Amino acid sequence: MINMLKGRAFNIVIPIIAILFGFLAGALIMLLSGNNPITGYGALISGIFGEPYDFGETLQRMTPLIFSGLAVAFAFRTGLLNIGVEGQLIVGWFTSVYVGLAIEAPMVIHLPLAIGAGAVAGALWGFVPGYLKARFQVHEVIVTIMMNYIAIHVTNSLIRMYLLDSGQRTGFINSSASLESPFLSELTQFSRLHWGFFIAAAACVIMWFILWKTRKGFELRSVGYNKNASLYSGMNVNANIVLSMVVSGAFAGAGGAMVGLGTYQYANILPSFTNIGFDGIAVALLGASTSVGIFLAAFLFGGLQQGANMMQAQAGVAPELVEIIIALIIFFVASSYIIRWAFARMQSRKEEK
Amino acid sequence: MDVVLQILYIIVPAALIAGTPLMLTAMGGLFSERSGVVNIGLEGLMIMGAFGGIIGTLMFEGFGFGAASPWFGILFGILLGAIFSLFHAVASISFRADQIVSGVALNFLALGLTVFIVREIFDRGQTDTISSRLFRTNIPLLSDIPVLGPMLFSRVYVTTYIALLIVVLVWYVVFKTPFGLRLRAVGEHPMAADTMGIKVQRMRYIGVLLSGAFAGAGGSVYAVTIAGNFASGTIVGQGFMALAALIFGKWTPFGAMGAAIFFGFAMALSTSAQQLPGLQNIPQVYFLILPYVLTILALAGFVGKAEPPKALNQPYTKGSR
Repeated sequence: MINMLKGRAFNIVIPIIAILFGFLAGALIMLLSGNNPITGYGALISGIFGEPYDFGETLQRMTPLIFSGLAVAFAFRTGLLNIGVEGQLIVGWFTSVYVGLAIEAPMVIHLPLAIGAGAVAGALWGFVPGYLKARFQVHEVIVTIMMNYIAIHVTNSLIRMYLLDSGQRTGFINSSASLESPFLSELTQFSRLHWGFFIAAAACVIMWFILWKTRKGFELRSVGYNKNASLYSGMNVNANIVLSMVVSGAFAGAGGAMVGLGTYQYANILPSFTNIGFDGIAVALLGASTSVGIFLAAFLFGGLQQGANMMQAQAGVAPELVEIIIALIIFFVASSYIIRWAFARMQSRKEEK
Repeated sequence: MDVVLQILYIIVPAALIAGTPLMLTAMGGLFSERSGVVNIGLEGLMIMGAFGGIIGTLMFEGFGFGAASPWFGILFGILLGAIFSLFHAVASISFRADQIVSGVALNFLALGLTVFIVREIFDRGQTDTISSRLFRTNIPLLSDIPVLGPMLFSRVYVTTYIALLIVVLVWYVVFKTPFGLRLRAVGEHPMAADTMGIKVQRMRYIGVLLSGAFAGAGGSVYAVTIAGNFASGTIVGQGFMALAALIFGKWTPFGAMGAAIFFGFAMALSTSAQQLPGLQNIPQVYFLILPYVLTILALAGFVGKAEPPKALNQPYTKGSR
């Protein structure tokens, strides 16, 4: 019995229960506010799968979510909570667009360079909390929150001072740094779907490979399981902490590059956070920090956010309902202790009989 | 000299006003974190408070309470904040959820829920503006003192002085009463506290509920003094800044108060530095990021080491070592 509760099966059962509870609560809120949950969810689903355009936009939305989910999960495997994915993503977005604007080069060089620049910027932003954690034992959560605000203020002011083109944004990047895909776009009734989706899918494989197939990955996971045991067996725990935050930041920064080079083709002055980074926490949690799980969770949340538009247009339900559902899913996944406890109790009752 | 005074007459009240909601919310964070529960959800609790403050004021205006309505609005915001903090309490204390994850979820939930309700009631993204706001007033007698009067006691909100009194009260409760001792014991060494017969879970529930009430107060005070209505953009980061003030103030009431006023000062400078002689050449961004940079430096030990309560972020299970 205990084995079943600790086993792999349960890692799948918990997210599914959490999603069900989340949608149930969403239905309840719709009922209480005088909406019909069946029409509401019907509109939500047709807003994801109804037209090729909606599906394309869903995939476009899930692209950066995959990256932010991978970023949170990667740090989490080393026992670190990276709340700073938001800030790392913002600096990645800004830096990739800057490289896309400022440099003229053939695509084979320019595009990887721009994406790489975004990843490096994110990695730098992740290095600061990682270093402070390793050197001064400062809790990474607070530092990353502060780094988020520094990121948004600094990039906004850089855009305002040096790159302002029209209104609140920079100019469009050179096409040699663009991830735009006329083929994918036409395939989905001119949605903003771009090549970044496949890069995101590849990133899932890369994270799996680093964590499970390399020696360094073993060390990172080992530090996450038990710092003292890792130290005792001769691993450099501090170096692994810094490395984990740097790689995590690089994933986040690359996610920002997807937004900048793929979806928008520019960077703008952000009035508030994009929330892609914060949603990454939900994605990683629901995906149990596994590559496959993150891909599926990103699809769910990307779909929810895309479908919310249709829900408002067709069923008159405010799109914020989706945010409520996502928040509740996080609560339920985080409270998995109580789900395990309830299962264990049911099991022991059965055994008594 | 006169120029400097003129500047101070503008900046100091602005700093106090911007610092007041941070101060109140930081007091809430203090109760929660001193009991051993991290509260990243202060932002969400402030959102709830601001929402409650505005909805409450509109409601009591409807009942005909007139100028007294914002005060009832603040009470309503406090109540909503306290109730809403139960989510965090149940998840992180009883269900042993990760306290940080639960706090993050709280922030999402608060924003989603309040804006959803606002859309359902008002059919748009923001509430009506309240008609009976709290206004800036001169404090009688004190505002006549030369130099200090115009700087500290003129054109201020009464709430600022109430908040300062509350800080003193919080200090007394946390450091001079048996309740405060128990609260701190639970946050430093829950097992020892449990052995001495203190109910750990109950103390932590009280800590989190108080954090909800105070953050609710901070949010609603912001709403009825500075904002005047509620929308998704009313509270953007003030809760995190209050958390920063708490840490920069090393988890003490007076430290957090000082940090809150200092952060208020930075915020006031960022908006008015352009008009001030000698400061207009400094880019605004430096003032904007100052509070955050200072907090990081404080944590790293460059500005005096900030040591959190020992059992912070650890769920307590009876009988575990």
